[in-house]
Amino acid sequence: MANSGNHIIAKPQHHDEHAHEEHHDQEELRFMGFWFFLITDCIMFATLFATYVVLSGSFAGGPTGAELFEMPGVIAETFILLTSSFTSGLAVLAMNKGDRKGLIGWLIVTVLLGATFLTLEISEFVTLVHEGATISTSAFWSSFYTLVGTHGLHVSIGLVWMIAIMIQLGRHGINSVTRRKVKVVSLYWHFLDVVWIFVFTIVYMLEVI
Amino acid sequence: MAQHQAHDSHGAHDAHEAHGSLKSYVIGFILSLVLTAIPLIIVLNDMLEGTAATVVLLGFAILQFVVQLVYFMHLKEEGKPRYNLMVLILGLIIVLTIVAGSIWIMTFNKVA
Amino acid sequence: MWDKIKDFSSEFFVTGDPLIYGADVSIVLTLVAVVTALTYFKKWTWLWKDWLTTVDHKKIGIMYVIASLLMLFRGGVDALLMRTQLAVPELDFLTPEHYNQIFTTHGVIMILFMAMPLMFGLFNLVVPLHIGARDVAFPFLNSLSFWLFFSGAMLFNMSFVIGGSPDAGWLAYPPLSELSHSPGVGQDFYIWGIQISGIGSLMTGINFIVTILKMRAPGMKLMKMPMFVWSVLSSCLTIILAFPILTITLALLFLDRYLGAHFFTLDGGGNPMMYINLIWMWGHPEVYIVVLPAFGIFSEIAATFSKKRLFGYKSMVFALMSISLMSFFTWAHHFFTMGSGANVNAFFALTTMIIAIPTGVKVFNWLFTMFRGRLSFPTPMMWMIAFIPCFVVGGMTGVLLSVAPADFQFHNSYFLIAHFHQVLIGGVAFGFFAGLYYWWPKVFGFKLNEKLGKWAFWTWNIGFYVCFMPQYVLGLMGMTRRVSTYGWDRGFYELNLTSTIGGFLMGIGFLFQVWQILHSIKFMKKDTTGDPWDGRTLEWSIPSPAPVYNFAILPRVDEADAWWEEKQRIAQGHAPKPKPKLEPIHMPKNSGIPIVMSGFFFLVGFGFVFDWLWLAIPGLIGVAASMLVHSFRYKTDYYISVEEIRRTEAAAGRTV
Repeated sequence: MANSGNHIIAKPQHHDEHAHEEHHDQEELRFMGFWFFLITDCIMFATLFATYVVLSGSFAGGPTGAELFEMPGVIAETFILLTSSFTSGLAVLAMNKGDRKGLIGWLIVTVLLGATFLTLEISEFVTLVHEGATISTSAFWSSFYTLVGTHGLHVSIGLVWMIAIMIQLGRHGINSVTRRKVKVVSLYWHFLDVVWIFVFTIVYMLEVI
Repeated sequence: MAQHQAHDSHGAHDAHEAHGSLKSYVIGFILSLVLTAIPLIIVLNDMLEGTAATVVLLGFAILQFVVQLVYFMHLKEEGKPRYNLMVLILGLIIVLTIVAGSIWIMTFNKVA
Repeated sequence: MWDKIKDFSSEFFVTGDPLIYGADVSIVLTLVAVVTALTYFKKWTWLWKDWLTTVDHKKIGIMYVIASLLMLFRGGVDALLMRTQLAVPELDFLTPEHYNQIFTTHGVIMILFMAMPLMFGLFNLVVPLHIGARDVAFPFLNSLSFWLFFSGAMLFNMSFVIGGSPDAGWLAYPPLSELSHSPGVGQDFYIWGIQISGIGSLMTGINFIVTILKMRAPGMKLMKMPMFVWSVLSSCLTIILAFPILTITLALLFLDRYLGAHFFTLDGGGNPMMYINLIWMWGHPEVYIVVLPAFGIFSEIAATFSKKRLFGYKSMVFALMSISLMSFFTWAHHFFTMGSGANVNAFFALTTMIIAIPTGVKVFNWLFTMFRGRLSFPTPMMWMIAFIPCFVVGGMTGVLLSVAPADFQFHNSYFLIAHFHQVLIGGVAFGFFAGLYYWWPKVFGFKLNEKLGKWAFWTWNIGFYVCFMPQYVLGLMGMTRRVSTYGWDRGFYELNLTSTIGGFLMGIGFLFQVWQILHSIKFMKKDTTGDPWDGRTLEWSIPSPAPVYNFAILPRVDEADAWWEEKQRIAQGHAPKPKPKLEPIHMPKNSGIPIVMSGFFFLVGFGFVFDWLWLAIPGLIGVAASMLVHSFRYKTDYYISVEEIRRTEAAAGRTV
């Protein structure tokens, strides 16, 4: 349908050459705007990390993280999310080749991996709550749930978003607009993986060491 | 709303579109796997502790961040001027300030 | 049944104070009047199509300005109520509880719902015209930002008549703002009002950065941008780096209150100091966010009315950008007395002193711009000139406060109050007034009455000094902030009375401004030139008010102050630059989604304030649905034909 390096509108409408250009530029602006949004998101996570680190010793007599964390599940989450980051990249590659089936296929794989990650995270939370660590147990657990939960919320939003984009890809094919949307969602997904690396390192590994 | 500097944006553009090859994604993925596995081995076998562990683990996390920026997010392929990179660096300075500043200020105000 | 309703409404509505009943009545009457007028004159479609759903930056700018002037009125009334209470010792005009609410809402409204939107209004009115663009980078997002600000502001203001106002100070320090000490809904109104409008601010920041970086007219290199655009860029960079911190901090406070988390509580290992640390990481950059654009406005005005190029362009750029970065390294000076140890205090004292240097550089630049210029003194220039001494004194008292050991004396005294009002009124308010006077003819096509403007100027300025100079002395005498009254034996009486008189003078100044606007609308003299001040920058090259597409032909810029240079060339007998052929202009369509989505955000906020999940959850679903609907819409643009451009330009008396 479309070649890499060319911005071809899948369903040619009454746009002339000029309109192409303009659409194309508009998409580039949106990509940049999204990049800046991710930086603001970085700052949000930085604030949560700062809060977590400052309050990380405040157990208020309750359970500690080292006592309750189950590392196998967390390690599985980590590798699953990492793989999904890779598959979202493969989706972009398929798109650049103009391969709509491949693109949607890799997006589906990414969504499934993301959903598995989320399921594992939720079951981890449920277990923790059963073991007596809720958001109101101590400052440590408040900041733990908020930091990890905010990441999980981002992942959930990413899943809904990817599904919406798949539907649009089905309707409109690969054009300059859907192309930008796929690039943006994949960037978002890579970003979430990076944040998770820091969650994994700072929250889990440094706590159990 | 749609005007732009057509001349300077276009040349940089094609390189921009074509970004990412299977090779770069695979290299990025393998590097990320390795960079995740090493600290895990260190932690699970209790090979390091205290400050050394913190420094090493954070070092690996930062390395992985750089790997993903380069191989997954294609930061190197941004056309000039590199506004995205500049704002990213600015953002990271602030990230560091927030975390390090809070820790420094709050060491004097710890609550058990 | 009837008793149930009575019980509910006595809790739901704020009762007991005649002032509030008066407000209730006036709110209802105003609403009825507005609705009746709109229906009678059949203006609903006009309102919806031309304004509420618009994505035109000029109209959004006007809506921002109107909303912020309303907020200025509310914040100003708060201020005068406080000054009345303090005019005489041991007065019973306001109860201490009511006084707490009023100083809280005064601070929040003036900074977040007056200064910020007025600033965004000026961004919207000016930046695209300044850089030769047809709109901002993301017009839809721009409209959404406005409506989010608006619903946040309305939610916050609603606390006045429904549920009760917040009363824990403008930054809501815990533990006072925690559930344990503020069990009412006021604090939740505070959190959600600011949170919703904060999302809007964040998006505006991103929007204008992309606009400035990517949408400049061909040939306009960064170093050829008008200084106001630089100041907007530095302010927006600060916004996108600082506002996320506020979002998270308030979210954590909300989790404390709503889910019983222990971030800032006194029990469960929480640490209220962490809140103070975090909120000032946003709070300090915030003051630079609002003042940097004012510096940009003054730079434009100084150059225009001196008929000279701005002195030291590069140093000005450097000063603006370095202030925006350095503003992130001074936050702890707001809590020197917290006890963070000598090293922390020394570090932050030094950074605070250093940040005064680029600010000083700018003052010299303005002075040298005026030096040997062909000066004229219409109202914008008068505000500019009044700003310089005011800001210098405000800045110097800031340096006094930055000396950590001395701050232990000044902290939370009226000295501090006088200092920050001097930089915020003298810097921000004067700057935005100057900007409004300066760009008013571009926005509306006529100048504001100069004579009434001068009356407003002098009452404001005299009022300012009469109000705040005594407060420095009161602070040194030991009067602390946020006290609702004081005894006869303290010796504070005379100075407080003077200060109150000054406050009312400023109120009269505001009334003069309102009168000035109304008078000018009635007796306006249409400006047909589009360039009433003999300006220097691109916005003055097009008709006033600007047509919907701004520039029929995108200008080509070869140097800074492009319009001025072009005029000079033509005056020297050179032919004007050849104009390229007209082409159809690509424009974004209006959209109703922003206002609807902000309405849902309002429901979310209101639902969480009262812990009504039956309202909050549908609200959240509505927000998500609006986003999806927008995402699935593909035809969001249209073209303006060459004919229509010709017609519009001809109507403004121009040929293209």
